[in-house]
Amino acid sequence: MSHATASASAPLDEAPVGSPAAAGDAARRRFETHRLEIYHFGIAIGAFALGALTAVMQSLSRADIDLPMRSEKLYYLSVTAHGVLMGLVFTTFFIMGLGYLLARQTLGRVAWETSAWVSWWIAVLGTLMTTLAILSGTSTVLYTFYPPLQAHWAFYVGATLLVVGSWGWCAVMLRSLVVWRRENPGAPVPLPVHGMVVTVIVWILATAGLAVEVLTMLVPWSLGLIDKVDPIVARTWFWWFGHPLTYFWLVPAYVIWYTIVPRHIGGRLFSDPLARVVFVMFILFSTPVGFHHQFADPGIDSGWKMVHTVTTYMILFPSLVTAFTVLASFEVAARLRGKKGLFDWILALPWKDPFFASVALAMLSFAVGGFGGAINAAYAMNAMVHNTAWIHGHFHLTVGTAVALTFMGVCYWLLPRLVGKQLVLPRVALVQPYLWFLGMLLFAVVNHWTGILGMPRRVYSGKFEVTELGAEVARAWESWTLISAHGGIVLFVSSLAFLAVVLGTLLFGEPLAEPPRCTFARPLDPPPTETTIWDRFGLWTVIAVVLIIAAYAVPLYHLYTMERFPSPGFQPF
Amino acid sequence: MKVDLYERIWLWMATVMIVAFLAAVLIAAGTHAVHPPSHMETIDPATVLSDSEFARELGVIVHDDGSATVRMVAKTYVFEPRVVRVPAGEPVTFRMTSPDVIHGFQVVGTNANAMVVPGYVTQFTTSFAPGEYLVLCNEYCGLSHHLMQSTLIVDDRAADNRAAEDRAAEDRAADDATADDTTAEVTR
Repeated sequence: MSHATASASAPLDEAPVGSPAAAGDAARRRFETHRLEIYHFGIAIGAFALGALTAVMQSLSRADIDLPMRSEKLYYLSVTAHGVLMGLVFTTFFIMGLGYLLARQTLGRVAWETSAWVSWWIAVLGTLMTTLAILSGTSTVLYTFYPPLQAHWAFYVGATLLVVGSWGWCAVMLRSLVVWRRENPGAPVPLPVHGMVVTVIVWILATAGLAVEVLTMLVPWSLGLIDKVDPIVARTWFWWFGHPLTYFWLVPAYVIWYTIVPRHIGGRLFSDPLARVVFVMFILFSTPVGFHHQFADPGIDSGWKMVHTVTTYMILFPSLVTAFTVLASFEVAARLRGKKGLFDWILALPWKDPFFASVALAMLSFAVGGFGGAINAAYAMNAMVHNTAWIHGHFHLTVGTAVALTFMGVCYWLLPRLVGKQLVLPRVALVQPYLWFLGMLLFAVVNHWTGILGMPRRVYSGKFEVTELGAEVARAWESWTLISAHGGIVLFVSSLAFLAVVLGTLLFGEPLAEPPRCTFARPLDPPPTETTIWDRFGLWTVIAVVLIIAAYAVPLYHLYTMERFPSPGFQPF
Repeated sequence: MKVDLYERIWLWMATVMIVAFLAAVLIAAGTHAVHPPSHMETIDPATVLSDSEFARELGVIVHDDGSATVRMVAKTYVFEPRVVRVPAGEPVTFRMTSPDVIHGFQVVGTNANAMVVPGYVTQFTTSFAPGEYLVLCNEYCGLSHHLMQSTLIVDDRAADNRAAEDRAAEDRAADDATADDTTAEVTR
């Protein structure tokens, strides 16, 4: 019996295209195809939900607003949970899911898919361990976990497993690239995967430093195998990891800006080769910059801090190029719709599309946050902002908006494509990015100002009433802290709106008979046909390793050879 | 590689901007010796409170040239000493360390901002305009981190104190001399 006859004779099993049953089938097929990605996005969004819940009480606590159950223990525990869940879990799982999706769509496959699932399980197990360690109250060490603050061993082992899982992702991504290259000799790597391979390389270079800190110091120390660790050595390895971590977050957001948004709004990518140059520069300059997080540390010579200042400024360059290329791509979209004026193209952009609005607002935030970053990196000027509220103001504009809002926005694009369902609550989805932007204006921008006024980051209360002088000084930032508390509430509402749209679509979304496909921006000029030097990842990685050695070898040699007095662990929480 | 004219102009503008930023930082560092605190000295945190310069000479020492050295210990959740008085407009060198976890030392409204790390001596020199400054810990150090604060008083009385101490010292020296004379007389 032929297939056609079967469907004619059994209409209940094979409903005609366009019927609800057929649409349900199409949706289910999409889900099956993308199960791997969906499970990664699922963990990411779950971590986001928990992270958002812990965040809102913090902004209220800093303004000294008394909430039921408010306590120092809960406050610092929630700062730890928020940092780990948002900065390490939400981002890492989201980026892994995005990487798999882009490989599947543009390389035609995810190689070693079984290994990808094993990696997912390892990373989930690690996430659970770390999260439980934090919630148990035995690991209130914040997401920077500087020794001699000592967490429960499960905190460090869980974090290690999360990173080991992400290394599995790196292997799968690179394997997918190798297989594709063998089948397409000489062809340029599709741009979305080019950016994701750069993300993989940045992550491997970054986590090498973290592995040294966690595996040789913190894990054996927390298990009691070694008594003492050196805090400055630990901080140095941590910030070897900590700055490229921010580019591990940012480059995937750039991939979305360069390769998905222009197509989504009906435009073209302004320049394909320059996008590759930008990505490669992140391989080179992401890592040899860590001392700009340690300007205020003893034990590191100021000359080496100066070297890291110079490399840090280099990394402004690819972001400035991105600002031009992506905005020009947007302009192309508006010009293709016939806009001819100097500025009217801006209004002609699809501001009522939640995905576009998210990305445009994310870019606007990044323009402010990027210049703030240039101030942080300014060697001696850093002393005016170091560890003040300015710092969390800064990174809530960068990772908290440029990256997070882009990831939330792309979910509105991903959902119909991955689960084959129509987005529910479109108005809520549209309001959500604007609410986020408003919330960050009130929270993040204002915290830059309270930081300048001297308010430190990570404090249970901004009142400082221990001394009369403290209370008087704190009055200068009191009203600003109250504004930032309102920002926290707006951000929480925006998070709920996002979660409502995502969960609503998953549970109640109308199945689409023909779900939209994932399509990527084509460049304005004909796409490149041959591999260029910008696709030679091995070469750039070698140069990056040389730069890292040049930036770190001597100061690390100094640290390891001078007479040092390491510390036992402390648990003042 | 073909680069659009407008884009090329933008790339040059970006380059100029980065060079200008770097020049501002490097020139300030070179001509005004503006550097972040980067002292290279270690100390055993177990001995800080019992047997170290921090146990013996905690607090302010005003030198003859008007400059001052301040030795402070940052520990959960206090700065010792809790009130520090230094002369205005003179170079003040801070030497600090911690016997427990990492703390921050931030003098609100100034560029005195450094990490205080167990096992290391933080040292830097700066100067202050007259006034009373809030000193606070800006690195999470435990559940009462936000209560860790102290006061820095900058005024001319620190110098007066020195003068007074000097006078007292001179008096003592004179007394000693008299005493010596007396003794000498008796002996003679």
